[in-house]
Amino acid sequence: MVKKELFFWITISCGIVILAFILLPLIEMLTAPSFSMLKETLNDKDVMRSIWLSIYTAGLAALISFVFGTPLAYLLARTNFTGKKLVESIIDLPIVIPHPVVGIAILSVAGKNHWIGQLFADLGIRIMGSVTGIVTVLTFVGLPFYINAVKNGFESISPRLENVSRSLGASMFSTFFRITFPLAWRSMFIGIIMCSARAISEFGAVVIVAYHPMIAPVMIYERFEGFGLKYSQPVAVWLVSICLTLFLILRILTLRNQKET
Amino acid sequence: MIRVEDVNIRLGEFTLRDINLAIDENEFFVLMGPTGAGKTVLLEAIAGLIPLRSGTIRVRDKDVTKMPPEKRGVSIVYQDYALFPHLTVRENIEYGLHFHKVDRGEADKRLTRMVEILDLGHLLKRLPLNLSGGENQRVALARALMVNPRVLLLDEPLSALDPGFREEIRNRLKGLHQNSTVTFLMVTHDFADALSLAERATVMNNGVIEQTGSMSDIFQRPNSTFVADFVGMKNLFDVTFQGTTASIGGLQIELGQPPGNSHGYIAIRPEDIVISRERLASSMQNSFTGKVIGVIDHGFFYEIQIVLNGVTFRSLITKRSFFEMGILEGIDIAFAFKSTAIHYF
Repeated sequence: MVKKELFFWITISCGIVILAFILLPLIEMLTAPSFSMLKETLNDKDVMRSIWLSIYTAGLAALISFVFGTPLAYLLARTNFTGKKLVESIIDLPIVIPHPVVGIAILSVAGKNHWIGQLFADLGIRIMGSVTGIVTVLTFVGLPFYINAVKNGFESISPRLENVSRSLGASMFSTFFRITFPLAWRSMFIGIIMCSARAISEFGAVVIVAYHPMIAPVMIYERFEGFGLKYSQPVAVWLVSICLTLFLILRILTLRNQKET
Repeated sequence: MIRVEDVNIRLGEFTLRDINLAIDENEFFVLMGPTGAGKTVLLEAIAGLIPLRSGTIRVRDKDVTKMPPEKRGVSIVYQDYALFPHLTVRENIEYGLHFHKVDRGEADKRLTRMVEILDLGHLLKRLPLNLSGGENQRVALARALMVNPRVLLLDEPLSALDPGFREEIRNRLKGLHQNSTVTFLMVTHDFADALSLAERATVMNNGVIEQTGSMSDIFQRPNSTFVADFVGMKNLFDVTFQGTTASIGGLQIELGQPPGNSHGYIAIRPEDIVISRERLASSMQNSFTGKVIGVIDHGFFYEIQIVLNGVTFRSLITKRSFFEMGILEGIDIAFAFKSTAIHYF
């Protein structure tokens, strides 16, 4: 066997350090709570309600991104127009804005001092301290992840497939649903996962718009503040395990679909 | 039948200018030109995939300029096949039938015919991913023809294929054309494909049409230095005419007849220049002796570059005669060409 160079050993060592840096705290947290404590938390109605709220608000955010983001992602992937770079930068803005600022920004539009906030109030829609508010915030932070993933997906599909489809008699709608959509489905799924994963982890923006009803990250924070590390860990463990399981199931389902088509 | 009238297209920096073409019903027509000439753009404009700035396009006397691609009856086949990767071969071929009113019996009849002509029987259940280039292109052709188009547009359908497949698909294209009423319009930059398939052609360069005519017009009687160079008339000289002769660098080249209203160029195909070690005792009026300054190996052929009075002539000879004559750089060599081999414009 050829003797490995020093360079090789440096790359390997850095890799090991990074893996340890990521895994060690996670493993420590996951193994810290005792079994009985985990079981006790599982029976805590408040905890389960907050985890469920986290999951379904994130899911709703992903669904909204899917419905409104898909056409925009298609437009960005297929057309060139002046100001396209500007539009793309605007879409990326939620990624770079500090999270509490996102919450404050949304409140300044949805508050009573703004005509949109007034309109919502008149319609009986409440943003502050409501599920609607949470979903609004999560969509705001999750959208860029969905749009970017799906835009890349559309870009990887040759426009010639659509050209051929149209020359064979298919309208743009038929072409999209028969050709583009089935081929981009995988990237949409990845976009949905990225978007909801980002949404589930949001804390800073949500806590400003809606402390109650309490999503899981807010509850973890509250338990940590009020009772200490020991009491926040089990909630964290359950949140992480339920989310990972859900993503795993989704992944398996779509992999199976892939094989069939 | 296709009529392209005064078409102008602008795509970013690229423009197509004043394109006029008239292609007859059931003709096999070829578009030639170097990369970036605008051939594919013109093809996609005829298919309705690229908007025009001005001009009209007619297919079978119907103005289709404003029609969306799906209403034109124009099928397109690309060099990279563009098969739908998530559909089987059969689903690909039958794709267009979803949008045309074709009853099941007729659809089956067409499928059977396509499968037979293009030899697709064993492929129907497979996915395009697992097919060879030639097989892919046969599927793409079947898919395009299943909807009985008025026009079939072919964008370099043979360029991506291995030599063996290339000839096979070329023959199949010929057969398909002869057995149908479809008008074929093919982009290619391969002369063998063009000569063996097409009756007429257009040469494009830089967004404009340089010449349109029969294959023999284009190859024997190019009307510009660009077309002459493009079709391989490597001996292209800027001359002055006097009577029945053209002079260049002190050489008098006999044309056999006055050049008429030509502008001052002569062109000779390299294979029309005969060379030999001894001075040729032949009937050719134009017989000279020059020095070999370069030899280029083209595989089966050798290009010999001969200089005389500062003018470089290029002659194409077979590998066999190259070795028999023992040609080396720097030796003197006799060369000659018939006055009828000279093309002037």
